This record gives sequence, C-alpha cells and structure tokens, in this order.
Amino acid sequence: MNRTQRIITGLSIGALALALVSIAVGAYTLALPDLLATLFGGGTPSDRFIVFKLRLPRVLLAMLVAVGFGLAGALFQSLLRNPLASPDIIGISGGASVAAVLSLLIFGATGLVVSLSALVGALIVAFVIYLLSWRSGMNGMRFVLIGVGIAFMAQSVIGYLITRGDVRDAQQALVWMVGGLGGASWEDVLIMVVSLVVLVPAVVLLASRLRMLQLGDDLAAGLGVAVQRSRLALIVVAVALVAIATALVGPLAFVAFVSAPIARRLVRGGGLALVPSALVAIVLVLGADFVAQHLLATGTQVPTGIVTGIVGAPYLLWLISTTNREGRAS
Amino acid sequence: MTQTDAPQRPTHDLRADNVTLNYGGRDIVSNVSVGIPDGKMTVIVGANACGKSTLLRGLSRLLRPASGRVMLDRRDIHSLQSKEVAQLVGILPQSPIAPEGITVRDLVARGRYPHQGWFQQWSPSDEAAVEHALNATDTAELASRRIEELSGGQRQRVWIAMALSQNPDILLLDEPTTFLDVRHQLDALDVLADLNRERGTTVVMVLHELNLAARYADHMILMCEGRILAQGTPSEVVTAERMREAFGLEAQIIDDPVSHSPMVIPLGRR
Repeated sequence: MNRTQRIITGLSIGALALALVSIAVGAYTLALPDLLATLFGGGTPSDRFIVFKLRLPRVLLAMLVAVGFGLAGALFQSLLRNPLASPDIIGISGGASVAAVLSLLIFGATGLVVSLSALVGALIVAFVIYLLSWRSGMNGMRFVLIGVGIAFMAQSVIGYLITRGDVRDAQQALVWMVGGLGGASWEDVLIMVVSLVVLVPAVVLLASRLRMLQLGDDLAAGLGVAVQRSRLALIVVAVALVAIATALVGPLAFVAFVSAPIARRLVRGGGLALVPSALVAIVLVLGADFVAQHLLATGTQVPTGIVTGIVGAPYLLWLISTTNREGRAS
Repeated sequence: MTQTDAPQRPTHDLRADNVTLNYGGRDIVSNVSVGIPDGKMTVIVGANACGKSTLLRGLSRLLRPASGRVMLDRRDIHSLQSKEVAQLVGILPQSPIAPEGITVRDLVARGRYPHQGWFQQWSPSDEAAVEHALNATDTAELASRRIEELSGGQRQRVWIAMALSQNPDILLLDEPTTFLDVRHQLDALDVLADLNRERGTTVVMVLHELNLAARYADHMILMCEGRILAQGTPSEVVTAERMREAFGLEAQIIDDPVSHSPMVIPLGRR
C-alpha cells in the first residue's frame, strides 16, 4: 500500500468512526451494539426514531456537503494555483448564500428552488469575477483579490437581507451567515446525493486536464489541453459543488479552504489529492459538528460554521503571513 | 516505440505564411514568412523584444495570428485538434510551473498526456517513453526526488525530459538555457543536439547567447523589430554588418576554434 492509499484508508476509518459516534451520542446515547442493530434494521422503535429521524440525516448531510466543499476547494486552488483561491474566500459561497437567503426570505422558496437559486447566485458571482479579472489572460492572484472584495459585498448583502426579512430567530440567521447543520432533513440529503451523482463523475473526467493546467497555461496548451474550455468547465463544476452545499447548510466557513491543503500535506507528491481532500473535509465537518452540538452547546446549539471558522481562521492568518509575493505559500 | 530506428521519422513541414502576431493590439511580429527545416536544429536570435519568443508562440499554436497562417503539414495549425498537434509538436515555455511537491518521475510522466485517451490507463509505451526521457537527459537517478530539491540545471533537464516524454517530432523551446551557468547551458544544448541527431527530432529554440546559438544551429533566424532580418547557416547569418543592424553592436567575427562556427567578439570601448 503506498502513502496515498494509507492516508485514504486512515481518513476513511476516521470518518466512519466519527459518523458512528455522532449518531450514537446525544441527549440519549445509544450503545454501539444497539446503534448497529438499529442501523441494520433492528432496534427498538424509539431507537429507530432517534437514529433515522433525528441523527442520521444530519450526519449524512454533513458528510455529503463536506464532499462538495472539499472537492470545490481543491479544484479552485489547483485551477488558480493559489492556496487562497477557495470558494469561501473569493465570494463564490457568498454569492450562493445571498441567492439562497434572497429566495428564502423574500420569495418564500423552499427545498430544490433554494438550491437552484444558490447555484445561479454562485455562477453569477464566478462569472463576474472571471470577467473583472480577465485581462488578455487569466491571473490567479487578480481573481483572488477581486473575489475577496466580492465576498465582503456578499456578507453585507446577506446582513441587509436578514434585517429586512425580519428574522426573529437569531439561530436561523446565523446559519445563513456562518453555516449550520441543525435543519438537516432527508430531503436535503436527497438533493445533495443527486447533485454529487452528477458532479463527481464530471470531476473525475476533468481531473486529467486539471493536472495539466497545474503546469501553467502555455505548457498545458502545448500538451494538447483546450485551456479556456477546460478551465470554464472546471469552474462550473466547482461552483455547482459549493453552491448546492451552501444552499443546504450555509457557507460552513473555511471547510473548502483548509481541506485540500491539509490533504496535500498528508499525501504529498504534487497531485490533485481530490479523494483525500473530500475525506479530510468529511472528518472536519463531522468533528466540528460534534463539537458544536455537544462540547460548546450551552442551552442552544452553536452553528457548525462557527467551529469550522475557529479552525480555519488561524490557518488563513498563517497562510497570509507565509505567502510570498507570487501568491505561493513557502 | 520507434526510438531506436529514429532517423526514419516522418517528415514534417512547419511554416508561417505572412504571419502577424500581436499582444493587446500591438503588432509584435509583422508579416513574417518562415519555414522550419525538417530534422534540423533551428535557432532564433535577436535583440530583446524583437519578437522571437512571440514567433515561437505563433509557431506552437499558443498564439493565434492576427493575420496570415501557421501551417503544419500543409494544414492550418489552428484547424487541427489540440491533442493531434501535441502529438507532433512539443513546446517548452520560458517559465513552466511545477506543482508543489511533485516528483521528477511524476512530472516527466505528465508529458504523456497527448498520447492518452479519456479512459486509457498508463500503458507500457508510456512507461518506456518516460524511462527513455529520463535516461536521455541524465535525470534517471533523480526520478524520485522532488522538483524543489533540485538545482537550476537539474530542473531544466527535467523539463526537457518532460518535453521528450511527449515524444514530439518537432520540439520548440523558449530560451531553454536562461538562468543556467555556462556549463549547464552546454549540458542542456547537448541533450537537445543528441535528440536531434539520434531521433531526428526537429528542434527550434530561442536563444540569447549568440556564440552558443551559432555553435548548435544548423539554421539560424535573426530577427529585428518584429521582422526577419536574415536566415540561413550560422556563417551566412552571423556577420559584422548584421550584428550592427540587429543589435546595434560593433563586433568582430572570428572562427570558433572548437566548432568552426562564427564567433562574435563584441567591441566595447576598451
């Protein structure tokens, strides 16, 4: 087993263990045999209620959106050759949030419509950044800087919409600002499953071109990659991944941003590390959600995004302080 | 694999017909026609900003001409599929980017991309091409090292190895010796000369160093202000008069005692 396979195995075991613990532990904690019995079709009616109605959707949704965030971050960072270029930093998640909140609060939309609005919002933001940063070629750093500006604008617009929307529930408002898994339902799980069934194969098909684009536009073109077309396709797929996840659980600060760099540091070797990035994201989101529910909760639950933010913010500071002028971390 | 019986490579015809190339509306190369001799070492020289790199980009399909056409085997190079061109023409740009942490072998292996299909797995011929590229550039013993750990000279040989694993019949290189000391410049050029001799690969490169250019070139193209001032064998191109015209340089041309190619002795004020 090579290093990458070992890392993938380790992360998978960690993710599975965290998932089981998250389903088992709560106000009423199930013993492992009871939990397994319930998961495989047995268990008491009350156990079944707790597992299938209350906890399983939340854990599954956490894992699925983590895959979306983790992959999107890895794609953007490789594509723009910049560790700062993750969708949550450059306003793509912000665009998705704005559109989701707009459709929810102003137009009273629900379910799939909210997801689709988020997708449209994120695509519009990506398109605007792409247009503004285009100057006879694409420049990763310009893309990032313009994106950071747009991210701030998105935050302001969300704040404004929440004020106008007369949200009395601060908890719910916070979910849209920082992200949370409290409202997970089987419908959300289904939406995310369907999205991943479409988007993950697209990522697999585009991965070899992305590996070439990592070498620079000229070399990639010289090796036979249709650079503009491939980049556009990759951006659309990455935007869709992050937008749909954001529509369901809010931005979950920094998950997209930190997962791929952690995964790459684990596997090494200069590859895309897509699978490890997704797995790191799963571990991160499950871990953060567990902390938010059980370790930080005092009366009301803390939104998961606050915990991921606590993990991600120091990394951002470290990255900025060690990044050289070319925008490469040393 | 045809690496041992290489001189029977198919012949190719790469040429620019009345090509004008521009960046941001400014013509860098104006109305240039040039043919690249098949199976030879061609070197493009000229003063800074004379358009030599731009011409190379035009020939390699990286830059679409504003007018005129670049023809590969009598077909417009922009009408061909990108992978189809990449199987015949390789390009090593001036500053390629190595992904952080990548090993030499993995980087060289990426040169195989144009030979792989959507679902095609790594094949024995891919493996053989990578091995050959590593051996030809003397980088085999570096194969498991990371790019960041290498010296500038080693790194440049690895990039050339990547271009070789692509196995192109025509290889274009933009200043492959920049940032190298003189010893490593010669190493890199020797690798390319071997490639040309042993496999019949047509090599086209932009070089700054006139004497090395004259030594390694079969065919020289001298550019000045976006046009071709002269082309031919080094002794036809490198003359005192042309050096004055192209570089504003007063120079004496002598016979290189080693290679008997023309050698430029610049005349400064002392």
